[in-house]
This record gives sequence, structure tokens and C-alpha cells, in this order.
Amino acid sequence: MTKIPVHLDINGQHHELQLEPRVTLLDALRERLGLTGTKKGCDHGQCGACTVHVDGERVLACLTLAAQAEGRTITTIEGLAREGELHPVQAAFLEQDAFQCGYCTPGQIMSAVACIREGHAGSDEEIREYMAGNLCRCGAYPHIVAAVRQAALEVAS
Amino acid sequence: MRDFSYLRAGSVDAARQAAALPGAMLLAGGTTLIDLAKCGVAEPDTLVDITHLKGLDRIDVNERGATIGALAKMGHVADHADIKSRFPAISEALWQAASAQIRNMATIGGNLMQRTRCPYFRDPANFSACNKREPGSGCSAIGGVTRGHAVLGTSEACIAMYPGDLATALVAFDATVHLGERRLLVDDFFLLPGTTPDREHAIKPGEMITAIEIPSSAAARRSTYLKIRDRQSYEFAAASAAVGIEFEADGRTIRDLRVALGGVATKPWRARAVEDALKGKVLEPETIRAASLLAVEGAVDHGANHYKIELAPRVVARAILKLGETA
Repeated sequence: MTKIPVHLDINGQHHELQLEPRVTLLDALRERLGLTGTKKGCDHGQCGACTVHVDGERVLACLTLAAQAEGRTITTIEGLAREGELHPVQAAFLEQDAFQCGYCTPGQIMSAVACIREGHAGSDEEIREYMAGNLCRCGAYPHIVAAVRQAALEVAS
Repeated sequence: MRDFSYLRAGSVDAARQAAALPGAMLLAGGTTLIDLAKCGVAEPDTLVDITHLKGLDRIDVNERGATIGALAKMGHVADHADIKSRFPAISEALWQAASAQIRNMATIGGNLMQRTRCPYFRDPANFSACNKREPGSGCSAIGGVTRGHAVLGTSEACIAMYPGDLATALVAFDATVHLGERRLLVDDFFLLPGTTPDREHAIKPGEMITAIEIPSSAAARRSTYLKIRDRQSYEFAAASAAVGIEFEADGRTIRDLRVALGGVATKPWRARAVEDALKGKVLEPETIRAASLLAVEGAVDHGANHYKIELAPRVVARAILKLGETA
């Protein structure tokens, strides 16, 4: 199929790509732009490993066509830290040891940043419900909830 | 995923016309369509992207009801203050569906076009027989693993369960779907499988969902969506119920009742027999439990999904009683 031009605004940088229309945002990030922090888990919208922000909201890059993301503002895990300083959620994940193998962690962190911003991190129960789209096969859930809770308090203060 | 050409629609009319061409499909949030394209179930030649259209994501709530644009995101509708206060069952059905990420992508119009999660339908590489995919090819589910399949509204051609939550709440409250000028009750928008399970919606080529409308009612205001599932979250319903209730001035006698079931039928399932049996009755646990059994009148199981016939009436009864407690 003929490639089409796709302009993407990722972590404050502008990219101009020629892509087959079927290329997902996830594959464009990983295979074309070298932004491999965003992970491919199930590739079917079931695990949350590919979570990124589009116009400030958490979405799944595996079910988003790159072409659909044109004109939107995209943030990946690589764009979260500011001037070498970790985002409070990143710092909380380190402090709470909220991972084991780490594969789901970028997706967990991107999801958690949005979860807090949405106002859905008010209790452990609410955190569990609104983080349910991010699976952790190592089962680090208790520490993930602790990290989100800690970061939510820090962001609020 | 097979490649396709991509077209960004500039207007609703352009989108409808482009999507009416053979091999073309509308693309909104993509949470069903891109997934099914990867499964080899959807094989579009052209995708017509409507997500850049302006003004179709409005949520308007007034005394008469709520009108929700087809491109409003599930998550935004779930969190909308007036939807939460006047249509709690709608908000609850939405936030208990999918995940936060999917709810930020999936649109209300696309939600109504969601396809079944029948594992045989989703796996053409291993199961060639599926009347929904290939009319006349047979049904791999019948005689297969049926734990997640429907017990109501099935046919000899198809037992695939309708997996959505929102539409279950919509049929309970007489919502309509806007296809441009044409209006249809959501209940009539969804078709029973019968001998044509490939045809799931009463939408015609060249039509596009533009909005849904939910009329206000006292029952919608006192309503809830109870969803029982294998996992606490991010899971389809084993059985669910959208219930709304209006009491007489005594606060105990049922004036109006709405009941619809999810997770057990081939389409969103309005349980009018339960409603009719309980209108005018006083809210008593025994009466409610007995009447709730009518929800599964005519149910047929295929072995492993038998539990749904027992579970669904209990879900209905619990939802009604829960609403009664708040009276």
C-alpha cells in the first residue's frame, strides 16, 4: 500500500514520517523513532504496556493508528522527566519498589500519572479500579498501589 | 494486519459516503476495529477516520434528557456530573467497562458497534466455522467451550454473547440512537441472530451514528448498574443488570421499574416480564426474588454457561433491593 506522510508531535519534538496506513502509534514509536520505552505486550489492548498520553489523556498506542495521532500532542515515558529530574510518579515507583521485571512499568507509570491527574487516585480501592488496565505478570500490584498513593499525595501537596 | 488505505473525513456527509463504498469502514476510537483487524476478522480496504470531526463529542443534559454525540468518549460521559446525577446507571455501566485507557479512546457511537468477544468469532485462523463471520459456515461455539456464551436470544446459527455494558443501560431507559435524521430505539438497533447472525445492527450502508438520546425519567434518576464478573475489574460481565426504580409517595410501592440484562444474551436484553410483575407491588425481598426469576424465561444453556441462568436473576434481585435501600 502507498505510504502516507504522518506528522507527529512527540515529547515536544516534531517528527515527519512516511508510513503505511496500518502502522500503529506503538510501532511508529518503537520501530521508526527508537522510542522503545513504550512496550509491546499483548498488542491487542488487553495489557496496558503500551500506554502513552495523547492530548494529556492515557490511551493505548497499540490500538491507535499513527495517522490518527496527527495533530495531537503525544507524551511517552521518555518525555516525563523534566530537566533530568524524575517525575514524582517515577520517583515513587523507585522508592516503593513497584516492579520486578520492569516490562510493564513504563505503561504503569504513564497510566498512574493520568490516573492522579483525573482525580481517580483517592483511595487504594479507587487506584486499583482505575489502574486495572495495566497488568503486571510479576504481581507487583501492592507496591504499585503504594507508589500511586504516595505520588498522588506528593502531587496534591 | 493487512494494509488498507486511510482517509480522514472532513464532514459527516463525506464520512457516510466514503464508508458506504465496498470494503470501506468507519474508524473512530479503534478499540474494536484495529483489534479485529489484527485478529484477521476485519479486513477493510479503506478506513474512514472520523475522530477529527468537530462538534460530535458534545454531551448535553437538560430537563428532557441527555443527548450524547457519537464521538464523546466513554470516559468523559462516565465522569460527566449531570450524567452521574440524573443517569447513574449509564455512568456506572461506563466506568465498569473496559479500562481507563480504552474508555479514553472508545466513542459512544463505536461502543454501540462493538462486536462480540466470542473466542471462535475472533479466531479465524483456527476456527473457520462462524456464521457471524462467514454466513452458512456453521458455529464452532455450539458443542465447544461455552462458558461465556449467551443463554437468551440464541439461535441454531449463533450463541455469541453481546458483551457491552452501556447498551444494556440504554435499553433499560428507552434510549434512541440517531442515524442522522433517522431515529431508532436502541432496543431495535440491536438485532437477534436468528438465521442472519452476521447482521448485528439495523444500520444501513451510508448511515452513521451521530448521537444517542436518553429521555429523563424518575427511574433513570434512581438507577444502578450491577456487574458481576470473574475478575473485580477490567472484565466482561458474567451477568449484569441495569435497573431503575420509581416509588409511589409511600416510598415502598413500585410505580415504575426498568430492568435490562447484560452478559447473558445475544443483544442487550430488556426484561419486561420482571418489570410488569413488580409494578404496583411493595418492595419485599421475597417478592423481588420471585419476580426476578422471570428475567431468564425461555433461557437455553449450552452446558458450561448454565450458571448464567441461576446468576442473572440474583443479579437483578440484588440490584433492585440495593436501590430500595436508598429509598
